[in-house]
Amino acid sequence: MKDIIQQTAGLIPLFPLIGFVIIALLNKRLSKGLTGLIACGALLASFVVALIIFFNLPADGSATEVHIADWITAGTFKASFNFLIDPLSSIFLLIITGVGFLIHVYSVGYMHDDENQNIFFAYLNLFIFFMLMLVMGSSYLLMFVGWEGVGLCSYLLIGFWFKNKSYNDAAKKAFIMNRIGDLGFLIGMLLIFKTFGSTDYKTVFSHANGFFSGDAVITTITLLLFVGAMGKSAQIPLYTWLPDAMAGPTPVSALIHAATMVTAGIYMVARSGVLYALAPTSMFVVGLTGAITLVFAATIALTQNDIKKVLAYSTVSQLGYMFLALGVGAFSSSVFHVMTHAFFKALLFLGAGSVIHGLGGEQDIRKMGGLKSKMPITWITFLIGTLAIAGIPPFSGFFSKDDILAHAYASNKLFWFLGLVGAMMTAFYMFRLYFLVFMGSFRGGDKVHAHESPKIMTVPLMVLAVLSAIGGFVGIPTFLGGSNRIDEFLEPVFSASPIKMFSAETGSSSVSEISLMIVAVIAAVLFISWAYMKYSKNKEVPVPESQKLPAVQNLLYHKYYVDEIYSAVITKPLDRISGFLESIVESRFIDSIVNKTGTFVNWAGGLLRQLQTGNVDFYIFVMVVGVVLMIFFKMM
Amino acid sequence: MQQNIHGIPLDWFIILSTTLFCIGVMGVLFRRNAIIIFMSIELMLNATNLLLVAFSAYHGDAAGQVFVFFTMAVAAAEIAVGLAILVVMYRNTKSVDIDVLNRLKG
Repeated sequence: MKDIIQQTAGLIPLFPLIGFVIIALLNKRLSKGLTGLIACGALLASFVVALIIFFNLPADGSATEVHIADWITAGTFKASFNFLIDPLSSIFLLIITGVGFLIHVYSVGYMHDDENQNIFFAYLNLFIFFMLMLVMGSSYLLMFVGWEGVGLCSYLLIGFWFKNKSYNDAAKKAFIMNRIGDLGFLIGMLLIFKTFGSTDYKTVFSHANGFFSGDAVITTITLLLFVGAMGKSAQIPLYTWLPDAMAGPTPVSALIHAATMVTAGIYMVARSGVLYALAPTSMFVVGLTGAITLVFAATIALTQNDIKKVLAYSTVSQLGYMFLALGVGAFSSSVFHVMTHAFFKALLFLGAGSVIHGLGGEQDIRKMGGLKSKMPITWITFLIGTLAIAGIPPFSGFFSKDDILAHAYASNKLFWFLGLVGAMMTAFYMFRLYFLVFMGSFRGGDKVHAHESPKIMTVPLMVLAVLSAIGGFVGIPTFLGGSNRIDEFLEPVFSASPIKMFSAETGSSSVSEISLMIVAVIAAVLFISWAYMKYSKNKEVPVPESQKLPAVQNLLYHKYYVDEIYSAVITKPLDRISGFLESIVESRFIDSIVNKTGTFVNWAGGLLRQLQTGNVDFYIFVMVVGVVLMIFFKMM
Repeated sequence: MQQNIHGIPLDWFIILSTTLFCIGVMGVLFRRNAIIIFMSIELMLNATNLLLVAFSAYHGDAAGQVFVFFTMAVAAAEIAVGLAILVVMYRNTKSVDIDVLNRLKG
């Protein structure tokens, strides 16, 4: 078993890397079809290897470390280029390569008419490579390599249509926001190295057992790591880049900003479960941040009119759920939600992409409607995704969200309440979107002729729809007759972290869990019917830009003015300080020191050049005088 | 200590070569004609040669005289180069007055 893993694990990131190198080097010399074939083929190969590894995992769930190469050896410091294969990383491998493959296939259709299609696939493959490094690395150092790499690819892909200035600004915003988080991760990692003498998970976690719960160093480390997670996984206060990141092509939004990269923060916290278990304060901070973010983002999503913006805020909100789960110690529930979310959110984004494609680039839901009959496959798959995210049984989102809510209820009633409020709003805004886009009559005018997308785009939609529908069955809770296989599967990874107590508690009171479940479903259904009444029956359409909104709606529509606040509180003062530095310090002090030095040298040179008369007589005379003087002083 | 070489006191040699050297220096300093300057330099060289030979005889050590041979060989080479420069200079400026050569002026 372990032999197979040892031999094949290195191949998984190798395929996308080779794909990237081939496509990037040959670029325009490859035909578009061949590029798509190489990119998708690389992902398919990785996916097959990931499947082989998944089925060959040791039965006891123990981790396998695969040594690839020695990386850095300097004095006592040693960092190996090792991969860690355990149930946690293998789930992420399957999500990344599987969902990634489907999105690659979809992109072949979506990006077909783009002149830079080849470089797009090169970036996508590079992204997959770094993402795999992130989850496969066996040390924080290697994770950091992947972490920075995916940030780079995210930047490149958000700004893919670089001729549009606002897209470039969005790319820069994402990059800078992520840098803030990365700084936290970096400091946290250095602190880990200082404390434990290594960044290898194995060494760190075995040494961590020697610390007491609530140790100040561990708390600091975990909080710093969480700052990194906030940046990458778009949590308050560093979430504002994610909605803007929708500037990228829609497959990018689906792959990077919904299914994979933004879950890197969850992976990191889950991977560091042993450390978080020793820091109750950090756990609380993680849970609270998640809970606040999920409600906050959901309220904004209620009023947005851009189909991708709604989904973006929904992603922020769902990521909040995952952090909420991490915060209450339900690591496996969180990973479960990562998985189902990857299915249904990738589906929703690709569905949205299909709609945008079919309408020739229109993203405003006020100009859509009635697409049900014109785009039947997109419609049905989008409906499945919507049901899944709204938490309607038996779709996948129901099981994972319910799992999280049950754990939250057992640990902190406030978290549970916020989660429930978020779930209700999720149901409302998703069905608002659904009704406005697919029901009613078309509002886009006569010029636009909506059409269904080609097969190459609809087939991935169908596959993802099936996964969204049945993906939850791996985590049917025990009291419903299931065996919660995913929890069992991940158990060995998290058993080292002693916070399994909550699930033990909830397991005993299945009655309250069932009632929680019923409450959540009823709430969701209520809000869906409200959305139905409002947008389907009464045919309400969000008002045009020019019309004034009521105060609360206005606040939500403008996203609580957070961007404006950040701009006023952080960007503007920084601009002013740098303006001051430029006009006063730079020009008056630094420049003048440099210029005065030059002036002085010029002046001194002007004096000295008087000696260079060009008169040979004079030179010889000076030389003789010099020699005589030297002899004279020597004799003195 | 013996002060004579074949009956001539050492001091006389020193005075002679110093005088020759000073004449050479004055020639270099105050003449304009490049050829005269050249000859003055040769005079200075030979003044030192004379001194070297005198001391060599005085100490009964042949090293000083060997040294003089080297100096003369180098001086011969130097004359060849120097005269070549003078020829080029004359071709370019139609003059051997060194004051014409003030292009190095800073």
